[in-house]
Amino acid sequence: MAAIASFLGRRLIKSVFILFAIVVINFLLVRAAPGDPAMVMAGEAGAADQQYVEQLREQFGLDRPLYEQLGIYLADVATGDLGYSYRQQRPVWDLIADRLPPTLILTGCAFILALTAGILLGTLAAMNVGRWSDTAITVLALLSYATPIFWVGLMLILLFSVQLGWLPAFGYESVGAGYEGWDRVTDIGTHLILPVVTLGLFYMAVYARLTRASILEVRDMDFVKTARAKGLTETRIVFRHVLRNAILPVITFAGIQAGQLVGGSILVETVFAWPGIGRLAFDAVLQRDYQVLLGIFFVTSVMVIVFNIITDLVYSLVDPRIEVA
Amino acid sequence: MSNRLAYLRRLTASGAVAAALLAPAALVATAAGPALAQEQVQKGGTLNVIVQPEPPILVLGLNQQGPTQTVAGKIYEGLLRYDHDLNPMPSLAESWEVSPDGLTYTFKLRRNAKWHDGTPFTAKDVVFTTAKFLPEVHPRARANFSHVESVEAPDDYTVTFKLKQPFPAFMKAFEVSSAPMMPAHIYEGTDYKQNPKNSTPIGTGPFKFEQWVKGSHIHLVRNADYYLDGRPYLDGIYFRVIPDAASRALALESGQVDISQYNDVEPFDVPRLKELPHLTMTTKGYEFVAPLSWIEINTRTAPLDDKRFRQALAHGLNREFIRDRIWFGLGRVATGPVNSVTPFHEPDVPEYEYDTDKAEELLDEMGLEPNGSGVRAEITLTPMPYGETWARLGEYIKQSWGKIGVKVNLESTDVAGWVQKVSNWDYQTTNNFVYQYGDPSLGVARTYISDNIRKGVMFSNTMGYSNPKVDELFAKAAVENDPKQRGAQLSEAQKILVGDMPVIWLLEMEFPTFVNKRVHNAVTTAIGTSENFADTWVEKK
Repeated sequence: MAAIASFLGRRLIKSVFILFAIVVINFLLVRAAPGDPAMVMAGEAGAADQQYVEQLREQFGLDRPLYEQLGIYLADVATGDLGYSYRQQRPVWDLIADRLPPTLILTGCAFILALTAGILLGTLAAMNVGRWSDTAITVLALLSYATPIFWVGLMLILLFSVQLGWLPAFGYESVGAGYEGWDRVTDIGTHLILPVVTLGLFYMAVYARLTRASILEVRDMDFVKTARAKGLTETRIVFRHVLRNAILPVITFAGIQAGQLVGGSILVETVFAWPGIGRLAFDAVLQRDYQVLLGIFFVTSVMVIVFNIITDLVYSLVDPRIEVA
Repeated sequence: MSNRLAYLRRLTASGAVAAALLAPAALVATAAGPALAQEQVQKGGTLNVIVQPEPPILVLGLNQQGPTQTVAGKIYEGLLRYDHDLNPMPSLAESWEVSPDGLTYTFKLRRNAKWHDGTPFTAKDVVFTTAKFLPEVHPRARANFSHVESVEAPDDYTVTFKLKQPFPAFMKAFEVSSAPMMPAHIYEGTDYKQNPKNSTPIGTGPFKFEQWVKGSHIHLVRNADYYLDGRPYLDGIYFRVIPDAASRALALESGQVDISQYNDVEPFDVPRLKELPHLTMTTKGYEFVAPLSWIEINTRTAPLDDKRFRQALAHGLNREFIRDRIWFGLGRVATGPVNSVTPFHEPDVPEYEYDTDKAEELLDEMGLEPNGSGVRAEITLTPMPYGETWARLGEYIKQSWGKIGVKVNLESTDVAGWVQKVSNWDYQTTNNFVYQYGDPSLGVARTYISDNIRKGVMFSNTMGYSNPKVDELFAKAAVENDPKQRGAQLSEAQKILVGDMPVIWLLEMEFPTFVNKRVHNAVTTAIGTSENFADTWVEKK
């Protein structure tokens, strides 16, 4: 326990420095792109004059020197204030808080689907290596991995929404239906199926291939032979001995994916008109809405750091020979 | 109506004979304006409309982007509306009168219009909006109302504008996005842009703001207190944010949304959607904006500063091909700077047909000889980053001009970068399209006059074109009260411009508006689906 506490303490201190560096670098990177929000808004309005652009610049604080803007931003972030989006007329925290839950639900479900289905399929393939089920799973994984995610999404919409009419094509819930309680959960659930499958297929393929390769590597090792010699059932051997040792690369990759959960998938959110944070970020880039963009970077950075720490802890749980350090 | 003669004269003067002759009768009978369908109107029901991209804010006075208009056009209203021929129709103003000298505009307001919070709409709101609010925050209105000497409210339901000099285009300045009426009791004496009420817009329109789920939809509901009896017919409207063009087409196809507009649907999807039995398509409803696309040319650098070079480029493009193959038949080939649906369009101008021989002759004349690889000149094209179709156009231009020995380097950017490059004159050629706003003095002159060469401002004269004769003609036409004289001045300006070619006009663009057949009266005026939908109704499913 003490080891874990000191591990967490050290990681947290490191994280603060990393975060500071991330905020500064992000700020400078974002500002290095050509164009500014005042110009974009003036361009969108269809007609503009000098006074309009200057008013906007002043409102966004773009008339101040860059180092001053950076100073103001750092001071704000240090006090937990991510700024205000003048474009959307709302605090950045509110915007992110609105858009984070749909993304977490979507990516979370996709994560669970991908991880369980991927590991199961990978294990199945490895146990039947060389047989037709192995080939089928390998081909399915290859296809899911290689097909562009937006295309899969559109094809699923075409089949299940337009042709069959079984599932809604886009959105987070039925707009205007006014569902409450369980009805609402079911409603959101039906809206979830297509985007979750679309997003999940890709990662499922990755996990399946990783698991399969890793199991094939482990299954002929001495300790497996010992287990077999002890007369354990094949299922027990696979799940207690082989998989436990083979799962580490999958956890590594899952840790990376978990870090991306909060960032969502811009493509899937765009195709399915999912009101998530990936699209918020994408729009913020196009509109040069600096405060929103930096806010999202900040929140996602924090999540990545947190998930990295969790991944390290999970390693030591799965394989006690690995010590947290 | 005491002075019948003066009344008739001002009708002619305002160039709106037909509509205005009918106006008094129409006012009494059907203040609703445009022809209502003959079928039995059904009340109730909701409508799903695509809105894309998501508007930043719904206060129309503070933002006039297309998507803002689509939604806020149902919440806010202007004094006037315009039919498909751009004749004025009543909206918040019941009737109007222009003095024969073109200096005084008097509007009689509706007596029973109310803001959504119950406060009556009065002349005080009009004075506040046009004298204070808009000139401070609305660039187009600022220009339009700069011609006004004074705005007065003799009583609660009369507003009089006195102009500094005649400005006939003023009659077109009262459409809802050009001059949305704003509630004085909410904004007077506040910092307009920071007003906390901006998140819950209050207008006089047939629909009230209900809810905005960011990233998903905006919900408007019926204004039960609306001043026209029985209207609006709809219970509410949902505006759905659907970012992906293919998903938007599928949403129309599956009936999940009822209406799309502007470039919601990419041109290559149009032929397929047109065939669907449950959809109708119209290109009407864009007469007020009357978009005109062109290739914008930075005339400051050689060889683009030579008009023969620009003419050669024009001859080097097949604009019928562009319309038929890139825009799938949408639009008309443009002949000059004024869209043919805008008044004072001059059809009799030199034509630039597709002719590579002529183009090469012009280049020869300039002394631009092809080098070993057949290249006479090299220029860059910064395609407009507004989606697939514009990218295809860029590729087509590169290929076409290559055939006449002009090598084109494509330079890609995103929207923010493009706006910055073009407005700071950091480009050689690009595509663009601009709106006409119902009159050459409002939407055309601005891109050609020397006064409007302003660095850092988009949709100004970014070409750097300057011709004192054109400046003079546009300046005179702006304040000319006699339509005949005005027409002559504007025709001459157009002829000079077509000769000089500061831009290569491509298409008078047509946008496809797809409407589900169960929806009636969706497009009734010159601003199409940005109109307030008071008369729109749906058949029960």
